[in-house]
Amino acid sequence: MERTTLDMWVGAFVVGGLIALLILAFKVGNLSGYDGSETYKVYGEFENIGGLKIKAPVKSSGVVVGRVSDIQFDNKSFLAHVEIRLSKNYQFPKDTSASILTSGLLGEQYIGLEAGGDEKNLKNGDKFILTQSAMVMEQLIGQFLFSKANDEGGDKKTAQGGNKKAVVQ
Amino acid sequence: MPHRKVGFGLRSIGATVVNGVWRLGYASRFFMMTLISSGASFRRIHLTIREIYFTGVMSLIIILVSGLFVGMVLGLQGYETLQKYGSESALGSLVALSLVRELGPVLAALLFASRAGSAITAEIGLMKATEQLSAMEMMAVDPISRVVAPRFWAGVISMPLLAAMFSAIGVFGGYLVGVVFIGVDEGSFWSQMQAAVDFRQDIVNGVIKSVVFGIAVTAIALFEGYDAPPTAEGVSHATTRTVVTSALVVLGLDFILTVFMFRGV
Repeated sequence: MERTTLDMWVGAFVVGGLIALLILAFKVGNLSGYDGSETYKVYGEFENIGGLKIKAPVKSSGVVVGRVSDIQFDNKSFLAHVEIRLSKNYQFPKDTSASILTSGLLGEQYIGLEAGGDEKNLKNGDKFILTQSAMVMEQLIGQFLFSKANDEGGDKKTAQGGNKKAVVQ
Repeated sequence: MPHRKVGFGLRSIGATVVNGVWRLGYASRFFMMTLISSGASFRRIHLTIREIYFTGVMSLIIILVSGLFVGMVLGLQGYETLQKYGSESALGSLVALSLVRELGPVLAALLFASRAGSAITAEIGLMKATEQLSAMEMMAVDPISRVVAPRFWAGVISMPLLAAMFSAIGVFGGYLVGVVFIGVDEGSFWSQMQAAVDFRQDIVNGVIKSVVFGIAVTAIALFEGYDAPPTAEGVSHATTRTVVTSALVVLGLDFILTVFMFRGV
């Protein structure tokens, strides 16, 4: 069997296809950002996770340090049980607080970690003691109206005494 | 005689259904035979390489040009819509996700069916019409392992490569229109794209899709050619049927695969 020009074309075709796949993997996809480093699991319980999804980034000071690996509803505490995989390269104190934040005005939701001052670090299977839930628009508006009504009630209180209770309630 | 007409209508429906089921069974047996006797297409690899040249390399031009234009149109239309909401920077993820997940595999498979699938059907149909296949059987050469199987594997190998090239050049087309012509910020174009496209979830699933389409399109093309009536008209009808059936099967399979792959993501 001899080499033919046909073989050359087929070889070039296969190489071209593989290069296209590599471009897709590294330039288009996130394979370049993937680090195969070891991870450890920590848990957090949130009253409300909002639109948090599995694989959402976990950031500390804006740097991605891990990903959300599982979200479940705990039937006993009635809280959302979120499992996070943190890269072993990043160690956090035991009293680190986790809060669900939104990137940008309409962006995706992520978990932000704020390191505490404890001398011991979080280990595999530990739980965040301090968590802060996602902001829900309706609750925000509700709180705003509530405080507004409270203020107005306070103003009116000087003019006509007992009206405040009615406004607040 | 009205009851005769009714009887005729029922008979023709029954004949169509029976014929369809019969043909499907024959097609399945043909497909299994192809798989069983595909040893030769790897032992004598030059047969398969020859077919990769005709199905894959020859489809390259149409795939690359179509991919470039599809990407450019996506960039243009995506920009028009996204800029209304002030989120032009999401253009990269829009172009890349729609190409990698759907348009790359599907459009490449449709183009592959009309460029390579029809050629396969016509070639095998004509081989059958001119009794080349019977002549092979006379010489104790199995036409399925000598003619059909190499073409099948060539199609299955070529299709994912073509789809990957389609997606890659499509993303380049979107970049060309979005960043170079319109002036979307280059950094956010690529970084949003990389944040949105997941290797396992999007790219690997896209490749799986294109492999499935490659199997479907090539198997349909081979069977239509093998089953074509040995006349000029029969071959021409078989070629038409290849393109129509492949297109329908690709779109149907795409829906099913999408339901399994991307539901709830």
